[in-house]
Amino acid sequence: MADNLEQPHHRIGAADDTAALMARTPAVIAPGHTFDTVTDVISHTVLSKRTPLGWFLGFGVAFILLMILNLTIGNLLLTGIGIWGNNVPVGWAFDIINFVWWIGIGHAGTLISAILLLFRQQWRTSINRFAEAMTLFAVACAAMFPVLHTGRPWLAIYWLFPYPNTMGLWPQFKSPLIWDVFAVSTYATVSLLFWYTGLVPDLATLRDRAKSRVAQRIYGMAALGWRGSARHWQRYEMAYLLLAGISTPLVLSVHSVVSFDFAVSVLPGWHATIFPPYFVAGAIYSGFAMVMTLAIPLRRFYGLEDFITMRHIHNMTKVMLVTGMIVAYGYANEAFFSWYSANPYEGYMMLNRMTGPYALFYWSLIGINAMMIQLFWFRSVRENIPLLFVLSLFVNIGMWLERFIIIVTSLHRDFLPSSWDMYAPTRWDFGMFAGTIGLFLALFFLFIRFLPAIAMFEMRAIVPEAKLKMEHHG
Amino acid sequence: MAHEVPASTLYGLMAEFDSPSALVEAADKARLAGYRRMDAYSPIPIEELSEALGLRRTRLPILVFLGGLAGGLGGYGLEYWSQVIEYPMNIGGRLYHSWPHFIPVTFETTVLGAALTAFVGMWALNELPQPYHPVFNVPEFVRASTDRFFLCIESGDPRFDREATWTFLEGLRPVGVSEVAP
Repeated sequence: MADNLEQPHHRIGAADDTAALMARTPAVIAPGHTFDTVTDVISHTVLSKRTPLGWFLGFGVAFILLMILNLTIGNLLLTGIGIWGNNVPVGWAFDIINFVWWIGIGHAGTLISAILLLFRQQWRTSINRFAEAMTLFAVACAAMFPVLHTGRPWLAIYWLFPYPNTMGLWPQFKSPLIWDVFAVSTYATVSLLFWYTGLVPDLATLRDRAKSRVAQRIYGMAALGWRGSARHWQRYEMAYLLLAGISTPLVLSVHSVVSFDFAVSVLPGWHATIFPPYFVAGAIYSGFAMVMTLAIPLRRFYGLEDFITMRHIHNMTKVMLVTGMIVAYGYANEAFFSWYSANPYEGYMMLNRMTGPYALFYWSLIGINAMMIQLFWFRSVRENIPLLFVLSLFVNIGMWLERFIIIVTSLHRDFLPSSWDMYAPTRWDFGMFAGTIGLFLALFFLFIRFLPAIAMFEMRAIVPEAKLKMEHHG
Repeated sequence: MAHEVPASTLYGLMAEFDSPSALVEAADKARLAGYRRMDAYSPIPIEELSEALGLRRTRLPILVFLGGLAGGLGGYGLEYWSQVIEYPMNIGGRLYHSWPHFIPVTFETTVLGAALTAFVGMWALNELPQPYHPVFNVPEFVRASTDRFFLCIESGDPRFDREATWTFLEGLRPVGVSEVAP
């Protein structure tokens, strides 16, 4: 058994190269940590009585944006969706741009927690918890857009969910929009189950370490009486693995289904078979950018550099480089087929994207998602944390612009020139978008304050102490 | 606190260890000594413990498979029933039973059924949530969720004998041994 754990991950003959590489590759956890120190450092953030001033500042900003969201939704429900800028021919705009953007961001969380678990990527351990939280909050923000776009969601629920309503109507299962309802609601549910399952042993740790009676009670109830029994761990590990296995095809399906919203239609610019893989890659790309945007300040302000090490930063950058290149391939493919198909509508769609009224946005997204990310090839860039933070923000912007271009330019000039028109968002569109950013950040700040942002039990399992040092009595 | 609890009402005896290796070794020895009704407690999952304690494989995977199957059949069934039997509607001339259109929802409900079963099944088989458990009566057990490892031999074991089991546990060179009040 000990042999198994010590097995080196290289071929004979490549030993020197590997040793050299290992020396240059930072570890997933800084040396010198024990069960106690990892638990202490991570739980301290939660159990400490003192809340840092920076937290209040950050939460304050997020809270103001959240109030803008409340105001916008209030006005929307009182007035109607006419307060938004979308209208014929651009019937879908910020509502679906932001929906796709947020859903995409969520995908990195599931990729980190599920797919990297199946591939035994140990570096996922210190970022999976907050990445999963990011997924949940991003999906909550995303869901708000289509739901509120129905105008009167409480009346529209029979369009969305199959339940025996008084009109005897059923959702139209041949529509991709219904597939989307099922995909996103399943995704939200499974992400929540996965996240909570992962939290339970850590909640037990917080219960046992909390000093205040109230905290002991609350964490105790949430921990479900977890006591770390070997029998429980056995089923727990199995359930965790199964959930990871189930989530892996799920996350790939969700953005594929989101892309069907477009690809199943016959509109030039939407009707393309490249959409599902291109959307999934874009989702992971933008999601990793958001993980980076959150991880860089988190590790800095909470002193978590020992756990979220340069190894994580390097690996996330590399994932962004790969997925970004797939996205760039998607752009090239779209452009190529608009010419190769010899379809005048497809050809005009692409010409309009490149030279039409929204061309600035198109070239910005090409500049960011195809050109700028080439910087990630350089080690000096991957090690420059402030620069990476800025670049990750740019990627978030670039991916938002991509969705804007796909949605708005395809709709605003379709087959019939007499119905062409321009689209411009109103202040309420911006209010809603800024508001969901506020909701996301507010939830994230609360999460960091009240729940462990790094999975303590998984971190304990990777410290050197956790390795068995015995002769095995087979 | 060694002899505060009357023997008849003892839940068991619990030894505390300071490393996962010591716990696995102790569990191994306890099993070889013939103890069966025992459990180990650790702050991290330890794969080798299942073997050391002689635990059987969990039934969870088969339950999850059945949950997924039920979800998939339920999803497809719902689509078929609502689109073909209950309210057939001509949408762009497509067949009422246009099965390719039914696949995405079937896939999602399969996943949902499997995931819900994994979640509910795991907690149900573990008999959690459980608000009270005797092991929490041991003050040292508070570290079971941080850095200490425990082996508890329960009084229900046929080989359990207060004195002999105590001596046996002491022989495993633990950090300490405690009685567990029920």
